[in-house]
Amino acid sequence: MNLTLKIWRQSGSSDKGRMVTYRVEDVSPDMSFLEMLDVLNERLILEGDDPVAFDHDCREGICGMCGMVINGVAHGEQRATTTCQLHMRHFEDGAVITIEPWRAAPFPVIKDLVVDRSSFDRIIQAGGFVSVPAGSAPDAHAMPVPKEDADAAFDAATCIGCGACVAACPNGSASLFTAAKITHLGLLPQGQPERDSRARAMVEQMDAEGFGGCTNTGECTAVCPKGIPFDTIAQMNADYLRSASS
Amino acid sequence: MKFRRRTQQEQSTPPLTQPASQPGAYRTGEPIRDTKAPSGPVEDRWDTRRFQAKLVNPANKRKLTVIVVGTGLAGGSAAATLGELGYKVKSFCYQDSPRRAHSIAAQGGINAAKNYRGDGDSVYRLFYDTVKGGDFRARESNVYRLAQVSVNIIDQAVAQGVPFAREYGGLLDTRSFGGAQVSRTFYARGQTGQQLLLGAYQALERQIAAGTVEMHTRHEMLEIVVSGGRARGVVVRDMVTGEIETHLADAVVLATGGYGNVFFLSTNAKGCNTTAIWRAHKKGAYFGNPCFTQIHPTCIPVSGDYQSKLTLMSESLRNDGRVWVPLRKGDDRAPADIPEDERDYYLERIYPAFGNLVPRDIASRAAKNVCDEGRGVGPGGLGVYLDFADAIARLGRDAVEKKYGNLFEMYERITGENPYEVPMRIYPAVHYTMGGLWVDYDLQSTIPGLFVIGEANFSDHGANRLGASALMQGLADGYFVLPTTIGDYLAGAGAFGPVEEDDVAEARTAVQDKIDRLLAVNGTRTADSYHRELGRIMWDYCGMERTEESLRKALERIPELREEFWNNVKVPGDAEGLNQALERAGRVADFFELAELMCVDALHRTESCGGHFRAESQDADGEALRDDENFAYVAAWEWTPDGPVLHKEELDYEYVKMTQRSYK
Repeated sequence: MNLTLKIWRQSGSSDKGRMVTYRVEDVSPDMSFLEMLDVLNERLILEGDDPVAFDHDCREGICGMCGMVINGVAHGEQRATTTCQLHMRHFEDGAVITIEPWRAAPFPVIKDLVVDRSSFDRIIQAGGFVSVPAGSAPDAHAMPVPKEDADAAFDAATCIGCGACVAACPNGSASLFTAAKITHLGLLPQGQPERDSRARAMVEQMDAEGFGGCTNTGECTAVCPKGIPFDTIAQMNADYLRSASS
Repeated sequence: MKFRRRTQQEQSTPPLTQPASQPGAYRTGEPIRDTKAPSGPVEDRWDTRRFQAKLVNPANKRKLTVIVVGTGLAGGSAAATLGELGYKVKSFCYQDSPRRAHSIAAQGGINAAKNYRGDGDSVYRLFYDTVKGGDFRARESNVYRLAQVSVNIIDQAVAQGVPFAREYGGLLDTRSFGGAQVSRTFYARGQTGQQLLLGAYQALERQIAAGTVEMHTRHEMLEIVVSGGRARGVVVRDMVTGEIETHLADAVVLATGGYGNVFFLSTNAKGCNTTAIWRAHKKGAYFGNPCFTQIHPTCIPVSGDYQSKLTLMSESLRNDGRVWVPLRKGDDRAPADIPEDERDYYLERIYPAFGNLVPRDIASRAAKNVCDEGRGVGPGGLGVYLDFADAIARLGRDAVEKKYGNLFEMYERITGENPYEVPMRIYPAVHYTMGGLWVDYDLQSTIPGLFVIGEANFSDHGANRLGASALMQGLADGYFVLPTTIGDYLAGAGAFGPVEEDDVAEARTAVQDKIDRLLAVNGTRTADSYHRELGRIMWDYCGMERTEESLRKALERIPELREEFWNNVKVPGDAEGLNQALERAGRVADFFELAELMCVDALHRTESCGGHFRAESQDADGEALRDDENFAYVAAWEWTPDGPVLHKEELDYEYVKMTQRSYK
């Protein structure tokens, strides 16, 4: 198949950036989206052009490093799929595809499609953990956890921290990301002692980073490659309120 | 950090590349011994070592700096734990966040000798299985410690909030995995590595917030600083600004993972590379058993030339899936049209006791054999079926979906085929490297002060790693072993003295020279195209089956291709700022040198063992034949400008009797 790509090019944080059009030919439908970009980049290098910078690593949908807005949708239109797991068989021959970086003030562009997501790490630093130094743990069976709690905690814990939720949100909110961690740890008995302080600190950090507020539009959960449930945000709000009133 | 300038005659600049010598040639040096493992009963050795290890006064810990490179299970847990203990830690990773290291992709689970099932498991059994599974090429002392510590890992992870699978009573669920006959594998659906890594990552972030760990993301280690004979720092490149930085410390820990990407196609993440350990090797760290590579039997087959990586399907699938190929050569009927009596469930046929659950190396080679016979399926005949029809009939689709849903989805996404209706096609792919930098019982390399943990070292898996043991080893090293043993070394740090300015300058110059050289070539081929060709050579000649002839061929081709690379590679742009093509070219350059050492090692080891199958050394049934009389040793290779020097570490087996592995 032959495609026209319109890709955001930006040489660095001080560059304004622009869309640049590229043609790619003989794309196999079995290629992944990133393999299609690899092919383009190999060509650009040989032609003496600057290849398109994009983040990626595991290429199996779990590390959370890749992410681009494809035709206006974070990670592309296929549901529950990271960019690296998106395959070209889902595109029509002759299609025009626009490719842009995550756009949000707390995710400044480093180059082309690469953005700085260190704000996410700082939200975790604020309280996204259980304080248990190595070696201090009791036997794993000392505290049984009801299966439904463990399963629900797992569902929230599968967040890969890619940032698609922020890119999709009209407010640039990081609520789904933050709520996923608060919900994961808040559902487990091990997470109880720090539950209130965690919710408060993480929400405050999220605000301090410049992420917007949540207005329940639900775009985040629609693009989330791991299907983090929307109701985690309600859980976050409940925990936050409880901590604020305690 | 204080500097002292070296006198003129002390200075020396090692050559950048190894001079050409006879392909496969090496010299044999003095034998090497692990002097740190205590003697006495194997079950007491770790206790003894912990008691003998010197302690660092808590007030002194904050004056001591430890550099940890890599933030996977080993590096993340080590940096967090060292921070908890009060050391000043500097942590580095090439990704944009420490949460992304490739440990995250491990699917299946983590072994631990908890014996929660009461099915006869014990520390001793896990020890025994691991030594035997490693085909008697791992140290008993190390493996026993690993089995002991395994139980603490589960406790630690649960306390951190790792959401392991649980049963309705609220207790932890386990499954049997990859050749084990007891149910000792703890798991979190198909995302065990992710959940364990996030546990370590969160502990690390907690220490970053506490100020004990200084995190440097998007930094790649390119050289190690050795001064006064000790590892004292690293030279890194800030991948965003392009700046070359020096960081000095009292000890350096490498947790930089394996080197499976030497094959270009592997299940590793695209960024996984050998540069950190290879640079350390060239500075004096011996490389243990570089040829021991694990080929994982259940990966999604290659679909075309553009393929950038291979995706693993968890081997837990073999618990319920049945592996088969058509009985007849060239049978190209759709799988549903091939009647039962024209199928060959070859693992069940050849290995009736273990069936589809034989260890990885055996399953991989069996798949290769049936494909070599012309009975492979799918494009190019490089695939075998993994069929769930029986499991679906027996357990129901829902139960199968519950167990493997995410894996089936992943398969469908990549291949466009629905595995509930059509059998999966799988083929072996490079997955893990048992080889790595040689370390003693304290996980210290032959460079004093350089510790190596996780997949980056060679230590615990011998010639073949058992399923669900990589996560166990990474976390054992990082949470429990290294934090104790490094203290013994650091207790003497007061006498280390200042770092020589010239040693820093030398390391920085080496880094700068290499970058300048790569950018100056301006040839006609990309680094990726060379990497792909190198990978093909390694897969064809140093892959699942190796022969003297194939290895000699590889040893001729690799230096030729490396030469061409250095004269014809095209690296665009400059060293200022983000340049992903430059990063890749630097890694490929190191893969070239490592590839050669792997082939030298594979050529010298004329026996078959574990993942290393030399066609010349097999029994009447075509099974790997070890040569314990001549090869019951670790091959620890020293780098010298005149070619590799072999140091043998003899292996003694006091507890597990050396037997030929049999899974029939």
